[in-house]
Amino acid sequence: MEKFTVHTGTAVPLRRSNVDTDQIIPAVYLKRVTRTGFEDGLFSAWREDPSFVLNNPAYAGASVLVAGPEFGTGSSREHAVWALNDYGFRVVISPRYGDIFRGNSLKQGLLTVELPQAAVETLWDLVEADPATAIEVDLAAREVRAGGQSWAFELDDFLRWRLMEGLDDIGLTLRHEEAITAFEGHRPAFGVLVG
Amino acid sequence: MSRTLAQKVWDAHVVRRADGEPDLLYIDLHLLHEVTSPQAFDGLRLAGRKVRRTDLTIATEDHNTPTDNLLTIADPVSRTQIETLRRNCAEFGVKLHPLGDPQQGVVHVMGPQQGLTQPGMTIVCGDSHTSTHGAFGALAFGIGTSEVEHVLATQTLPQALPKQMAVTVTGELPPGVSAKDLILALITQEGTGGGRGYVVEYRGPAIEKLSMEGRMTVSNMSIEWGAKAGLIAPDETTFAWLKGRNFAPEGQDWDDAVAYWRSLPTDDGATFDKEVFLDASALTPFVTWGTNPGQGASLDAVIPDPESFASESERAAARRAVEYMDLTPGTPLRDLSVDVVFVGSCTNGRLEDLRTAADVLRGRKVADGVRMLVVPGSAAVREQAEQEGLHEVFTDAGAEWRFAGCSMCLGMNPDTLQPGQRSASTSNRNFEGRQGKGGRTHLVSPAVAAATAVTGHLSAPADLDAVGAR
Repeated sequence: MEKFTVHTGTAVPLRRSNVDTDQIIPAVYLKRVTRTGFEDGLFSAWREDPSFVLNNPAYAGASVLVAGPEFGTGSSREHAVWALNDYGFRVVISPRYGDIFRGNSLKQGLLTVELPQAAVETLWDLVEADPATAIEVDLAAREVRAGGQSWAFELDDFLRWRLMEGLDDIGLTLRHEEAITAFEGHRPAFGVLVG
Repeated sequence: MSRTLAQKVWDAHVVRRADGEPDLLYIDLHLLHEVTSPQAFDGLRLAGRKVRRTDLTIATEDHNTPTDNLLTIADPVSRTQIETLRRNCAEFGVKLHPLGDPQQGVVHVMGPQQGLTQPGMTIVCGDSHTSTHGAFGALAFGIGTSEVEHVLATQTLPQALPKQMAVTVTGELPPGVSAKDLILALITQEGTGGGRGYVVEYRGPAIEKLSMEGRMTVSNMSIEWGAKAGLIAPDETTFAWLKGRNFAPEGQDWDDAVAYWRSLPTDDGATFDKEVFLDASALTPFVTWGTNPGQGASLDAVIPDPESFASESERAAARRAVEYMDLTPGTPLRDLSVDVVFVGSCTNGRLEDLRTAADVLRGRKVADGVRMLVVPGSAAVREQAEQEGLHEVFTDAGAEWRFAGCSMCLGMNPDTLQPGQRSASTSNRNFEGRQGKGGRTHLVSPAVAAATAVTGHLSAPADLDAVGAR
């Protein structure tokens, strides 16, 4: 996973709430067995509408998505994160996320920042007034800066450290393999064994 | 110290705890299906890793499978995904119930029906409806593909302890009102984000009276209001359901297991971070009108005016939903005509659900112009239903009796809505395009689905008696 410290980019204002993962990438794109190349599926139903914000050339090349509350609810499909990453997004900003999507994003180096609704609305206004507005997302300082304003965000120390170091969870866990083996030694006898 | 059910299950699975880090939790059962596993197996191969515990891992095929036959997967992309799962399971030594196997079916039906799901376990699957298994007092939650790979490699997951919420459902469900109506009403009351950050325990007299099938319907939809998991304390109903199933303990192991399971319910005096209440006796058949599961109403209500909602984000979502669903505020929900009725899914594809729908349909006909699909949640459910003659009730009524799979719950297999079609569906998500691009979904209970099939518009079984349709 790529290390994340500070990211600066322009933003797309997605003025919608409850953007579920079926909207981020419809199920038909989930039939693939690869891990890359999902950018064509990103918001594919909505992108058929020429007035959809992602079709506005003013926002071409943006790497920060600013969305309404309950972003990424619903299905556990990690494809939603892959599609956002593959399209070129590095950061999503929303007041609230679906839990599974949030977990997936932080494992894939897509920083999902939680800011209050008022901050999101200010960012929407700034970006709509000037699509070239630079949004600076500073993970070290846990701060978003844009248009001369700044907003602090929360992310627990462990998750932040892992993102900043670009660490793979499996490698971290396998450092504790002895503890896993020890635990397995005293699981109850009536436990289910499939095979 | 007094602990909740979820805390007890959690504590029993902590492999490692360190300050400033998430707990490392042991996973007792890992369920796999074809959609969210291929990239995880690829990851193992790339790193030269094995599946640590093939004896705690089991796979089935469900999302892509056809429901009109057991032999041919027409879509080559779907077929490749299924074949990839078969290859991966063979290569890594994972047990698989493929299409045509007597235990094949929707992953959350397949596990419980074999007795794989038991109280006190930790269960994960790359599928958000893994919350279903919480009905047995297991801590069960959906994970992404990176986590699937993590569990395959280590049989553990790093997890931060969520907050605890109790949902107490008082009173008694009125006749004709089911577990599905209960959970739809709760989600509308609390909103799609209401459970976010919490492990929920459903409790109270109305929950205790539910069958295991009903409890699974409730736990299944925990994710639809954002909860991490939704548990129900194991009790005599749970034990009776489990006893004798393929993987249920036997003899002394059974007695030991039951003794342990009896220690799991939340202690008197345990505290929750949040409490929510719902009065079951005030509930009616409940349906959704919008494009998220929190946009629901009593079947007796009308399409709400989007401007009547409290916050701007709710108003904007309601405006968009009314437009997408092609609705006029003020229209009675009963006036909405449907093109398709779907009975099935991990929410309502179990034997009891099929019995309920068949009871409504017996001696009646599906309305002209309405297509009704009845899709058992598993091959085993299909077989049991046929032993009871339910399939004849459905086919006599003019409904399609199909093979097991996720079917029309999501647009990954041939069973989809056409653009603009409206459905009454016993599944769990009414998102835009969920059942097929441009499709419009109303979530309903099995009883409402069957009654709607008869009249052609959203209806409850009681409406049928009123018009003398029998």
